[in-house]
Amino acid sequence: MDEPTQIEMYAWMKLTRTFDEQMVAMWKQGRGLGGTFSGRGHEAISVGAGMALGPDDVVAPMHRDLGTYLVRGMRPERIFGNMLGKATGASRGRDANLHGVGDLDLGIIGFISHLPQSLPTTLGVAMAFKYRDEPRAAMTFVGDGGTTSGAFHETLNMAGLWQAPFVLVIENNQYAYSTPLDQQMHSPNFSERASVYGITTVTVDGNAVIDVFETCAEALERARMGGGPTVIEATTMRMLGHAIHDGAEYVPAGLLEEWERRDPVTNHRKHLLESDVASEATLDQLDATARERIAAAIADAEGAPMPDPDTLGDGVYA
Amino acid sequence: MSDNFGFTETPASSGRELTYLEAIAEAIRLEMERDENVLVMGEDVGGGFGGAFKVTKGLAERFGDRRVLNTPIAELGFTGMASGMALMGLRPIIEMQFADFISTAFDSIVQFASTAHYRMDAAVPWVIRAPSDGGIRSGPFHSQNPEAWFVHTPGLKVVAPATPADAKGLLTAAIRDDNPVIYFEAKPLYRSLKSTVPAGEHVVPLGSAVIRRHGTDVTVISYGSMVHQVSAAAEAVEADGISTMVVDLRSLKPLDVETILEAAASTGKVVVTHAANRMAGVGAEIAALIAEEAFESLDGPIVRMGGADTPVPFSPPLEDAYRPDAAKIAGAIRELAAW
Ligand SMILES: Cc1ncc(C[n+]2csc(CCOP(=O)(O)OP(=O)(O)O)c2C)c(N)n1
Ligand SMILES: [Mg+2]
Repeated sequence: MDEPTQIEMYAWMKLTRTFDEQMVAMWKQGRGLGGTFSGRGHEAISVGAGMALGPDDVVAPMHRDLGTYLVRGMRPERIFGNMLGKATGASRGRDANLHGVGDLDLGIIGFISHLPQSLPTTLGVAMAFKYRDEPRAAMTFVGDGGTTSGAFHETLNMAGLWQAPFVLVIENNQYAYSTPLDQQMHSPNFSERASVYGITTVTVDGNAVIDVFETCAEALERARMGGGPTVIEATTMRMLGHAIHDGAEYVPAGLLEEWERRDPVTNHRKHLLESDVASEATLDQLDATARERIAAAIADAEGAPMPDPDTLGDGVYA
Repeated sequence: MSDNFGFTETPASSGRELTYLEAIAEAIRLEMERDENVLVMGEDVGGGFGGAFKVTKGLAERFGDRRVLNTPIAELGFTGMASGMALMGLRPIIEMQFADFISTAFDSIVQFASTAHYRMDAAVPWVIRAPSDGGIRSGPFHSQNPEAWFVHTPGLKVVAPATPADAKGLLTAAIRDDNPVIYFEAKPLYRSLKSTVPAGEHVVPLGSAVIRRHGTDVTVISYGSMVHQVSAAAEAVEADGISTMVVDLRSLKPLDVETILEAAASTGKVVVTHAANRMAGVGAEIAALIAEEAFESLDGPIVRMGGADTPVPFSPPLEDAYRPDAAKIAGAIRELAAW
């Protein structure tokens, strides 16, 4: 992989991590609004997958895929604005946190709350590409928890049946809210399950951004070229609670320690330094840029106006 | 919106005070003790966690995993499963993590469970606990009040308690009822509302409304958290010399037709209000009922107040514009009183 791309990966992951940390701090200080979700630990997946997307592809990220929104061109101001209910937010005050942060001009369908409805919707996007014979792919994400719902299986069945240009990334982060994998399903082998539907399946280390990128890039290219759907199981760990209010006391401390050693941002930085792709100074500079960028976004969002109540009914219909 | 939702009732000094949430938890615990067939199921309800709102906390320790079943995210599947268990004589209490997610289980509720008895004489005695309602900045998918869908469905019963005592009494009745019951618990009241709850067995029959406040000028009919907004509005207009009767429906299906009609006729002026959107909401049914059955006693138009016909917005100014509240209700009472 070329060096500038590897450095770019770091920049996006650092921006994502900085956003996440600042967001968590704001909510802890009572400067937030409603609830919010941290994607700490998911940066390699959200950034790696996001960077693999082509300009004409469409993606439907989930609530921990902040990096995908950012890489795809959603300005942090619009995301913070959304989280604070501001008129400048992506949903103009209509939807909360990363819910509804969509923009079709950027090829983003905002997170759909009801799990796993992003799957059939994204399959529909893929089928539209197939219908028009366009070399485009549609990608979405699902958690381990979302795979236990019927719509997951319905979507994979249709994706396999019609060999749609569809790529699904399963973010196996060990928990669905408080429920560990072994209370969700008999055998959590996601690749095996998807393969019975006639879908190419791959398992990847979800904390290794280069691996995630390469796996997604290959799957997306195969989809664009008419090679059909892929399911990618990316293994990772949800490093904080389900949402901001959740202390996640049910997660064994040892498990978190183990995954902390595999932190995707720290490890990619280490890789860049050890392989002489980037100097400490270069990376420090990227860290500083991320801090400034996020500080500016927060200032913008906090200073932005609330929506005018008279606009309540605007946009219900097209 | 005030923290206690305008709740003004002064609890009796002799009684034991419980929060709305504690009252729900007590009803579940007592019914599980009383009847081995009662069990709890839903996402994250088990183990030491006790559900997204901690309503079932402690139940797994007490009754074991067999009776407190942690389910995968599969509402359609586990609601259908509850129907099968109920056919075999069990009494599942299903916790929907949020009422908003009930739509994913819609098919099994409105097609199978609600019609089973009519078609094959078979009772389906489950209860779905649906944490509903907004005003707490939770956005369009964690703030809904979808009761009208179910009130429209023959074969279901639907309740919506406004107080801790009713939360306990209606849940107990719902668990014992031989029909599928959708129990809408108002999550904004969980910890903000605390008042006297009878200890031990306490049953509030399904289908019985209650007069929360007697008055002679205007009758306001409501349910769930909105009852407290109505009570606050009634206080506010009393200063202007307007005497308001407050009816808490408690049960949305079956309706307490007698109490509704008497309360409407006694003042001749009626406001019906709820947090769910107004269009084809429960208020429309109440207004139609009064128009049909008590027309001659009316001294003014029946006023309906509900949410706007939009998704429930997240941002505070939008959500406040969306929802009825004490001030808006007081305005409607004043206007109607002057009619
Ligand atoms: C149909 C439905 N039921 C319940 C929920 C509430 N809910 C939101 S996220 C979540 C857990 C999701 O777990 P998983 O899919 O593993 O994703 P993760 O949060 O771990 O990234 C639950 C139960 C929902 N959003 N949709
Ligand atoms: Mg998960």
